[in-house]
Amino acid sequence: MVELTVREALRDAMAEEMRADDDVFLIGEEVAEYQGAYKVSQGLLEEFGARRVIDTPITEAGFAGIGVGAAMAGLKPIVEFMTFNFAMQAIDHIINSAAKTNYMSGGLINVPIVFRGPNGAASRVAAQHSQCYAAWYAHVPGLKVVAPFSAGDAKGLLKSAIRDPNPVIFLENELLYGQSFEIPEGADHTVPIGSASVARSGGDVTIVTFSIMVGKALAAAETLAGEGIDAEVIDLRSIRPLDQDSIIASVEKTNRLITVEEGWPTAGVGAEISAMIMQRAFDHLDAPVLRVSGADVPMPYAANLESQALPQADEIAEAARTLCRSD
Amino acid sequence: MAGAKKKKPKSAKSGKQSGAKQSASRASLETYYREMLTIRRFEEKAGQMYGMGLIGGFCHLYIGQEAVVTGIQHALEPGDTVITSYRCHAHMLAAGVDAKAVMAELSGRAGGVSKGKGGSMHMFTPEGGFYGGHGIVGAQAPLGAGLGFAHKYRGNDRVSVTYFGDGAANQGQVFEAFNMAALWKLPVIFVIENNQYAMGTSVARSTAVQELCQRGEAFGIPGNQADGMDVLAVHAAAKDAVAMCRTGDGPALLEMMTYRYRGHSMSDPAKYRSREEVSKMRQERDPIENVRRMLVAAGHADDDALKDVDREVKAEINDAAEYAQNSLEPDSAEMHTDILVTA
Repeated sequence: MVELTVREALRDAMAEEMRADDDVFLIGEEVAEYQGAYKVSQGLLEEFGARRVIDTPITEAGFAGIGVGAAMAGLKPIVEFMTFNFAMQAIDHIINSAAKTNYMSGGLINVPIVFRGPNGAASRVAAQHSQCYAAWYAHVPGLKVVAPFSAGDAKGLLKSAIRDPNPVIFLENELLYGQSFEIPEGADHTVPIGSASVARSGGDVTIVTFSIMVGKALAAAETLAGEGIDAEVIDLRSIRPLDQDSIIASVEKTNRLITVEEGWPTAGVGAEISAMIMQRAFDHLDAPVLRVSGADVPMPYAANLESQALPQADEIAEAARTLCRSD
Repeated sequence: MAGAKKKKPKSAKSGKQSGAKQSASRASLETYYREMLTIRRFEEKAGQMYGMGLIGGFCHLYIGQEAVVTGIQHALEPGDTVITSYRCHAHMLAAGVDAKAVMAELSGRAGGVSKGKGGSMHMFTPEGGFYGGHGIVGAQAPLGAGLGFAHKYRGNDRVSVTYFGDGAANQGQVFEAFNMAALWKLPVIFVIENNQYAMGTSVARSTAVQELCQRGEAFGIPGNQADGMDVLAVHAAAKDAVAMCRTGDGPALLEMMTYRYRGHSMSDPAKYRSREEVSKMRQERDPIENVRRMLVAAGHADDDALKDVDREVKAEINDAAEYAQNSLEPDSAEMHTDILVTA
């Protein structure tokens, strides 16, 4: 094992896959000479040169489309969005051009491409720069959507995403870039897309979440442990395909479920999981599923309001107490 | 031609129209004639089948524009790539796909090129170098630049032909594609099929400067305008642009002045233009008639020989229609295939 930040893990994943396959290249704003707006692509230009690490103008629809076209021709682009907020300029290419082409062509043309970049709220950047797109992309057949928490999962999932013959949305989190984790050494470490992991084992209540909220859920579980409530935290890692079986297995054990996400509640990831559990594990529930989500408002700028708009460990712990008191 | 074509370009460097009358060998003229006629008869049959309810949804016919795709395709070589909008039946035929598989796709049948799941607007043949068939106006411009990017990345000397219409020419992402194609010297030939109308909106009503061949100037992309009703003029302009892009001097821009005889799609009665305008174009500028006259004038073919070609083409298209109607609808299990590739 070796200790790495999420930022370094993502860089290593790209570097290893680029070493292994000349068809893999990185394209986006400030990815080359600037070394990445968040320094994720540090050193890549030096190692791979300007042919494979390509700075673009500020032109999201354009470079996303160029990436998809190159992928149709068989290359394996990694398209970096400086944040997923800006990918809304390019969402037509992500959905109409990338996600649907294999189907529309009857399997003649696939689109092996990764769209990656920070997603969700960062810190005090307000409404237009603080949005979670997990539910948006998870809605779309033809896409895979991943959102790792730890550095090991970030590296292993990014490597899987680059090797995947389908378009993959890779949702990172700016606040996690600098966090360090122990990760397995070597270029062989991959994590399969569509597989959740148990971040903390427990028997009283299941907390299902992803990305930065895994940390909040783990903090809540610590608090709850002191009160005699033993929470299990499931890190989804992938939003689409969703590892339904892992969620169900946990609910069969705990009989209580909380979903936690940073995004808005309406038609969100939690709503999807709730419906799935109703259909597949209703008899195992001792209480209604609770959703903890971002507030149903555009993200406010003021520090106190921003904090209030995002799910916090206290709120998650309180949801667990509510559920565990209900029997 | 709705006035636009005759306007003198303002820049000497860019926006020139291919001037000299072109000539062609007997074999080339015969090929052009047969291929353009095949497209026309195919589209006429598609229109009929649409009227009979055998083809659904949107169906955008290429009738009148046959010279553009035909002249350009003959300037290309294996390995070159082509992409266009939803008006793509002719591009599929030009890429060498059997009319049967195209007609079956229009009819939503299992025998269609996309197994009946793409339809009229979404057809592809990577084998023939054709990458669709795209339903979002203008989206194919960056996609086509991406195909050109792949050629350059791989270091081959292949080129990408990226078609779009006068309507798409006003989409922002087209300019984004121009900028990066020029910045990175991508081997992309942007072909504007200017058929004068973006659905019901004429170029005059939508476009501040109507000489679309000048659209690349701000990016240093040389533009050339050609008579898109004259297959020889199209071919000559395409050959120049292809040669330029093949040797690393891309991208290039071609504006093909053309005209569609039918509505934007089958559901468009085309009331935004006069009957006279359309019939004048058909009578005086028809691309197939042009070649027919050339063949006869040069003594390459007489009426009987041309009638034989007409008969053969008609038979091929009738076979395609019959094949489409006899092909089964896709199996219901097909609904859930091809969503993701399993590695």
